[in-house]
Amino acid sequence: MNLGKPFIRGIIHENPTFVQLLGMCPTLAVTTSAINGIGMGLATTAVLFGSNVAISILKKAIPNKIRIPAYVVVIATFVTVVGLMMKAFVPALDQALGLFIPLIVVNCIILARAEAFAAKNSVLESAADGIGMGLGFTIALTILGSIRELLGAGSIFGKLVFGEAYQPALIMILPPGAFLTLALLLALLNQIRTKKAN
Amino acid sequence: MSIGSLLILLVSSILVNNFVLSRFLGICPFLGVSKQVETAMGMGMAVTFVMTLASIITYFIQIFILDALGLAYLQTIAFILVIAALVQFIEMVIQKMSPTLYQALGIYLPLITTNCAVLGVTLLNIQYNYNLIETIVNAVGAAIGFSLAIVLFAGIREKLEISDIPKPFQGFPIALITASLMSIAFLGFTGLV
Repeated sequence: MNLGKPFIRGIIHENPTFVQLLGMCPTLAVTTSAINGIGMGLATTAVLFGSNVAISILKKAIPNKIRIPAYVVVIATFVTVVGLMMKAFVPALDQALGLFIPLIVVNCIILARAEAFAAKNSVLESAADGIGMGLGFTIALTILGSIRELLGAGSIFGKLVFGEAYQPALIMILPPGAFLTLALLLALLNQIRTKKAN
Repeated sequence: MSIGSLLILLVSSILVNNFVLSRFLGICPFLGVSKQVETAMGMGMAVTFVMTLASIITYFIQIFILDALGLAYLQTIAFILVIAALVQFIEMVIQKMSPTLYQALGIYLPLITTNCAVLGVTLLNIQYNYNLIETIVNAVGAAIGFSLAIVLFAGIREKLEISDIPKPFQGFPIALITASLMSIAFLGFTGLV
């Protein structure tokens, strides 16, 4: 059994954000700064890991006909646990992410991995897949958050980079900047992919 | 609660705090089901229907079950189950009552369960402590805002299909840039309320 493969696949070849284009709502909404991106990514990773493991253990016990509602309940349970823990230990981050913590329930990445991977594979492989996909998501969100924070506030992880004289392009932190940054990143990846193919 | 403040709430939930373009809720159907104006309208109608009903039902569940029994921490689980059950129920009712409407909405209905705009609006209503009337107004406004954004977006995408776009931008990237420009336009409503 090779655990490296499902792990790496989630980070690069099947990156949930850049390749599969799943979970767009949190991707666009919370990436106003690099730290928010990391926080959202890690919270999602924790839920993804938990739900993948639980669903993989329960895969024989869940009747096929009601599997989707059953998965949703499992996912919602982990989201509640993660949400309560974040409220207790990182209240500032919880405030910043706000509504998007409970909305992890409807993040399509998690249901997609439950249905496509955890329901068919062993517990260990599902755990590796969950962490890999989660980290892929985290990396994508951090890249997006860093670019937006750098251009929109002149800082990265809260530290000023460009100095005082830099006039921040506020629009990058506002909603239009989210769409624009993701569009340009995807176009860049498309360009790289076609170059590689030739 | 005067009519005036309800009207302000309605306008602000349609235009100023547009669900798609300023709150980033319901992006998946916004990008996924917006290739044609007709399907976008179907999706908008289905979402309006589910959002309004879900808001009313979750309002009562919050007050009479979760708050009354001190179970507020079960909110997420309870709401998502209500929405999933509601969507299933509506699907069955529409299938029996109006086969034509079912034909039109059919494929979009199951998708709505995982539309974060629906869960989002129900959670926001509770967060802002809206009463029943405000809840309904906010839900209807949010749904109209969603429908407006998705129909406008679909109209632009239909034109994009036949225009000459640089290769790396074809498909998803150009759609996102379109959404970005629309979002700038909607920023203009900020001072309205």
